[in-house]
Amino acid sequence: MTEFPEGFNETRKSAVSKFNAAAIVAIPLVAILFQVYVPRFVTYLSYLELPLLVTVYFSLMRRSPVAGVFFGAAIGLAQDSLSSHPLGMFGIVKTLVGYFAASVSQRFDVENPMVRLVLGFFFFFFHQFFYWVLARALLGQALDFEPQQTIVLAVLNSVVAVPLYHLLDKLKITG
Amino acid sequence: MEFLLNRYRNLTVLVVAILAQLVLLAYQVKSNQEVRLIRIWAVSAVTPMARIIETGRGGTSRFFSDYFVLLDVREENKRMKREIDRIQMENQFLRAELSTADRARALAIFQTRSPSKTIAAHIIGNTTGSGAKVVIADRGTNAGIERSMAVITPEGIVGKVVSVYPTASYVLLITDPTFAAGVISQKNRVHGTLKGQGHSTVKVDYVQNEEKVDAGEWFYTSGDDRIFPKGLPVGEATVVRQGKSNKDIYLTPSGFQNGLEEVLIIVEGVHAPIPDAPVQNQQVHLLGPPPAEANAPVVTLPTQAGTTDADRLIETYRKIGEAQKHVYGERGSGAPNYNAAPAETTARKPVEPKPSDPVKKPPTP
Repeated sequence: MTEFPEGFNETRKSAVSKFNAAAIVAIPLVAILFQVYVPRFVTYLSYLELPLLVTVYFSLMRRSPVAGVFFGAAIGLAQDSLSSHPLGMFGIVKTLVGYFAASVSQRFDVENPMVRLVLGFFFFFFHQFFYWVLARALLGQALDFEPQQTIVLAVLNSVVAVPLYHLLDKLKITG
Repeated sequence: MEFLLNRYRNLTVLVVAILAQLVLLAYQVKSNQEVRLIRIWAVSAVTPMARIIETGRGGTSRFFSDYFVLLDVREENKRMKREIDRIQMENQFLRAELSTADRARALAIFQTRSPSKTIAAHIIGNTTGSGAKVVIADRGTNAGIERSMAVITPEGIVGKVVSVYPTASYVLLITDPTFAAGVISQKNRVHGTLKGQGHSTVKVDYVQNEEKVDAGEWFYTSGDDRIFPKGLPVGEATVVRQGKSNKDIYLTPSGFQNGLEEVLIIVEGVHAPIPDAPVQNQQVHLLGPPPAEANAPVVTLPTQAGTTDADRLIETYRKIGEAQKHVYGERGSGAPNYNAAPAETTARKPVEPKPSDPVKKPPTP
């Protein structure tokens, strides 16, 4: 098991962010509704994975893998229920994203914008790749995976993630 | 055991969550059924919200354009757009009727042909997932919509209904990679399978290299898939080239030409013949009528009379139908007797100048 310096866990625990329950429900809901409604008018925004960014944010801020699993599963299943594919596809992928994001948050300073940028990029790529693997393996769908396009979209999503996370930081309960 | 679970609590929770969702997924895939209750809740919760947002957006937009920019022009424009759509459908029907009228099958087609019954729906949103090609229409089981019903616009096919809920339904667009439909080319009657590509063009697959398809040729639904009635326009072939074993044919779908806000869901489809003439939807520049000459005799044209052979033929058929109390498009009513003389001839006779009218002589050079 990895040994951390004395006081490390206490420091990390003190950095756990808390949110209003209404914000925890409303923010993912708004992110999902955004994905349902806005791309009708601005087609290019359909590539913005706001539910994923919100999953990553809450998992990073709570710093608890268990909480990350629940965030990811809940947001993913809600997203699945409005999609045309079987329930569980986004649920599984986002459960993993939530778990890994929360695990990462125990080892990195996730308040740093550069770290958030890198994590946003990494988790978007991981999300798209793992979704593609699941669609092929479990549903037998012959979807195309284009690494270059996914990298470009990952960059765009991570660029959006930084100011979005800064905005969401304002909703943290202080004190 | 308890010690292990406590020690690996995080991992245990992760594994349990993943396994639970895998079981859920496996159940749906194995039984080919979805967890309908959850979806009904989700769609029913989102539909009113989407409607409210749409109403708010539409109201705000209308307010600014109606009162500050164009006053009532927007309403007028919408009315005219609806009228144009209706006339386009009617025009397409009449063109098809005329093009087949002088063929041996004309009577049989007239007997079997009637316009499909449709329900208008409004597209209120997309489904989730980046780059999704499934949209949400605001008509569901309450309006009589069923799975696998065809969705069209006056310009062509748009997609098919893949899931239905009480207040909404999911429409899989023809551009989705999982979409497929039977199509037939207009000129050479070549059959193929339409497939989505995930972007704006669609592909016609399974057409042998030996078959003849020209660029610019129109494709129509063939009715083979039992979803789309035969004879609906699909799109124009923009790329036609030889492939490995099959031709590579790419179409520009015609159904999305005017955006995708309002669609028609076919609840009772009726197959139609493939029209011989291509769809006439290109803009044509027409000059205004020439100005009246100062000393020209005043000639009053009879109203409702056609100016072309086609117009006169339509008018003759209409008269025959009226004389025999036949309603075109009504199912099971057969065809009228076209050999019977109409009640009155509608072919426009040349207008003879009255003796009292001034006779204008041609100018002498």
